[in-house]
Amino acid sequence: MACDKIPSREEFRRALVQKQGEEIVQKLEQATVAICGVGGLGSNVAINLARAGIKKLILVDFDRVDMTNLQRQQYKVSQVGVPKAQALVENLKEIAPYIELEAYDEKITEENIDKFVANADVVCEAFDNPEAKSMLVNAVLEKYPQKYLVAASGMAGTDDANSIKTRKISKHFYLCGDGKSDVTQMLALLAPRVQICAAHEALTIIRIIAGLEV
Amino acid sequence: MNSNPVKINGENVAAAGMTIAEYLASANYDTKRIAVERNLEIVPKAKYAEVVLEAGDVVEVVNFVGGG
Repeated sequence: MACDKIPSREEFRRALVQKQGEEIVQKLEQATVAICGVGGLGSNVAINLARAGIKKLILVDFDRVDMTNLQRQQYKVSQVGVPKAQALVENLKEIAPYIELEAYDEKITEENIDKFVANADVVCEAFDNPEAKSMLVNAVLEKYPQKYLVAASGMAGTDDANSIKTRKISKHFYLCGDGKSDVTQMLALLAPRVQICAAHEALTIIRIIAGLEV
Repeated sequence: MNSNPVKINGENVAAAGMTIAEYLASANYDTKRIAVERNLEIVPKAKYAEVVLEAGDVVEVVNFVGGG
């Protein structure tokens, strides 16, 4: 039976507490995460965090949904051609109607980065381009050493699931992935491996917000 | 091997006395695709040529590959 009325905020919260516990829900409902890049990694991280009851997501991507994205990114055929940040807002609102969202159809640079990350408790690096990844990580670590940063490197190819790991690099910086599987050197970019890496990022972000990463 | 080497990505390397830029070049890193932490602090890219590695330093070179 379909639900024709959107449940109230209180009903959503009760359901979340039933599955995640009051303590984690309370922390998540106060937290803001900036997701930089909403492709294979970022769209999956966003959906995980929205389902978990995050207060607010800041979504940034300059790209539009392409046919070749549908194989692993959380978009629909009807959204091909739509800016990804905007398409993701539509999809997240269907999943978590009370989430706060800020979406930017823009490219993040060293010059404009403050606008996107300054108000976030945690920054999630979810780009595909290695030079963009390096730029974002260096900029966040240099300008915001107190902010938590979760980045990813290495999720292409056909290796088994367990090669993807989360490593704590320094006090506020975590890196997920196998560290080596470069998409430019191999043919495959498989949804499960990208999603496993995205799940590593999302879980690390939840653990940080819940105070479980010490 | 230097008796007090630099620890880089978990391995002992005889790199004391080298600048970060010199070490990165010797190990064939593309500086556009990395982040370097020295003793748990980020080294700004603009400082790679002036920061000299000292014996006992713990360095992490994070290498970013494509895909996401």
